[in-house]
Amino acid sequence: MYRYDQYDHQMLADRVAQFRGQTQRFLDGKLSDTEFLPLRLQNGLYIQRLAPMLRIAIPYGLLSSPQMRKLAFIANHFDKGYGHLTTRQNIQFNWPALEEVPDILEHLAEVEMHAIQTSGNCIRNTTTDQFAGCAADEIEDSRAYCEIIRQWSTFHPEFAFLPRKFKIAVCGTKDDQAATQVHDIGIYIVCNEQGETGFKILAGGGLGRTPVIGHVMSEFVEKQQLLTFLEAILRVYNREGRRDNKYKARIKILVKETGPERFREKVQAEWNKIKDGAMKLTDVEIERCKSFFTAPAYRDLPESSSELDEALASDVLFSSWYHNNVKPHQRPGYAIANVCVKDTGTAPGDITARQMNFVADLADKFSFGEMRISHQQNIIFSDVEKSQLYNLWQALKSESLAAANLGLLTDVICCPGGDFCALANAKSIPIAESIQRRFDDPELLQDIGELALNISGCMNACGHHHVGNIGILGVDKKGAEFYQLSLGGSAGNRTSLGKIMGPAFAQEEIPDVIEKIVTVYRERREPGEGFIATYDRIGMEPFKERVYAKDE
Amino acid sequence: MQTLIKNGQLIDDAWVLVKEANDAGILQALPGRDLIVPFKFWKFQQEDIANYWGQITIWFDSDENVNDFKGSLDSFPLIGLNFPVFSDGRSYTNARELRENLGYQGEVRAIGDVLRDQLFYMHRCGFDAFQLRHDQDPEECLTAFSDFQNGYQASIDQPQPLFRRR
Repeated sequence: MYRYDQYDHQMLADRVAQFRGQTQRFLDGKLSDTEFLPLRLQNGLYIQRLAPMLRIAIPYGLLSSPQMRKLAFIANHFDKGYGHLTTRQNIQFNWPALEEVPDILEHLAEVEMHAIQTSGNCIRNTTTDQFAGCAADEIEDSRAYCEIIRQWSTFHPEFAFLPRKFKIAVCGTKDDQAATQVHDIGIYIVCNEQGETGFKILAGGGLGRTPVIGHVMSEFVEKQQLLTFLEAILRVYNREGRRDNKYKARIKILVKETGPERFREKVQAEWNKIKDGAMKLTDVEIERCKSFFTAPAYRDLPESSSELDEALASDVLFSSWYHNNVKPHQRPGYAIANVCVKDTGTAPGDITARQMNFVADLADKFSFGEMRISHQQNIIFSDVEKSQLYNLWQALKSESLAAANLGLLTDVICCPGGDFCALANAKSIPIAESIQRRFDDPELLQDIGELALNISGCMNACGHHHVGNIGILGVDKKGAEFYQLSLGGSAGNRTSLGKIMGPAFAQEEIPDVIEKIVTVYRERREPGEGFIATYDRIGMEPFKERVYAKDE
Repeated sequence: MQTLIKNGQLIDDAWVLVKEANDAGILQALPGRDLIVPFKFWKFQQEDIANYWGQITIWFDSDENVNDFKGSLDSFPLIGLNFPVFSDGRSYTNARELRENLGYQGEVRAIGDVLRDQLFYMHRCGFDAFQLRHDQDPEECLTAFSDFQNGYQASIDQPQPLFRRR
């Protein structure tokens, strides 16, 4: 992973000192709330319903074991013993004290972590697919480019006061795991006919109140031109994005109101002015960044492992976990192990300090001291020897981290919701828990198969409900909490936005509703057909009919 | 009290900033002073300006685009760029375009809601003069220019991005 040099360290130290000064001036009454607001947001600090919330960046989801241990330390010393993994590869702490935040940032700087620009009207954490560098279907490892984008966007002096937040995702695999098409800028790594690497760049995608899929700005940008092209898009947005209405201020609105083709022309015109300038990337820099993301010290191993085969034959629970949570690796003898932090009864994405330390130890023992955080709020050990998988699973089991439900119905993607968030219309965590309890049957879950269930507590869609196969949105109906269901969303290569099924439901009705939807699917599916394929084939009607039918 | 910073120092301001100017009457009200007037005013009052005794230069508001100026800006000794509210980031783009694309070498002055904590980024974008909001502590503001030792991106004060200097 990327290692900070003297410049990176100094940059971080300067930032911590700057924020310490700003916090002190705020506490001394020299900065107003309005003046302090963007300063604290761009250091990750929200003032929330119950307590301040600090959002810490995990650049492109990659974390080392010392970093995870530091997060555990912060959870214990500055918070209530746990953290929350988010849908954008960040971690949130819900209970820090305002005056202690500069100290927290100083601790984070020790392990090359920060909360820079994780909030505010600026460029946020650049995310990517969680299997970068080890996925079998990879075109090129996206992480070097993510790091290049991260540095370019950090403390960018021109784009710190955009009309609104700005989110960039990069995808380096054929199977899009980065929700690339619903980001402000989505970047696909592609190869042209000459075999050269470049980028297909989209702009204007997004979820939230008005979900939309991004439009292509260029089918192929040369890799050296990555930053100049991004600057061109940001500059047009900074100039022309709406500033009169917070709910119309994202780039997706600007692209729509300008017209995608016209917007594309503006970006090209701006790009022509700057593309031969100093921000054109050098091969030296690209190679330097790539050098941090080389393969770990893999051993030469045979493709299959007898230890693994024996364990699969003898242990049904392990076999279930293996078939669900373990993915193929590029390297013979290795595998990618997914750890679902989604046990029934815990809020999806929450992880205790104890679990953090435990996972750090496992990373050291089984996966070269590194792990990744996915958009589905799970943890990944990306380089586990197949022969060690059974040992890993047994260790996970001892800390309730062996949920074998990756990608299944109970691997719920869920925002913190009304229990924590001042923006929410409704609670989301109790909904997730009630569904997990209703479907707490491993065989049934396996039979249902892959099904993305996403829950958001309000229209800001932090749970990405628009791209859930089943999406649940908390709404406020005459002061009471209700839930609207949508079907047919999907976040991959065939990104689609879910369609609302009908009138909203009360909290207690939700498990029954989900059960009816699942039953219709199981009744109507063809052999081998997954939920989303069945939905595409039979449409909304059969589901709607069953859910809203009067009980006989 | 001096509230104009230029080249890292507090200096006396030789110019009068005219925020609103509806007609040429302003020129009679301030005879012989050096004025910074709104771009639109300058555009439509050419005749009266030609007869004016003092210097006249212009400022752009955040919703105006310096690229829309027909002709060369080089004859203006100073160009003001307004921040109607400090969180309106459009003037940062105007400053960079002035310097990088239009090659403007005169003074680029930040006016309006100009506060201590934005000065560093403003400077990197090409502002070299800062008319502080009246309630800002000028000495405290001078410290803002050393908030960071370095930067990742190309900037006006350091045109080579860090990746070319590592």
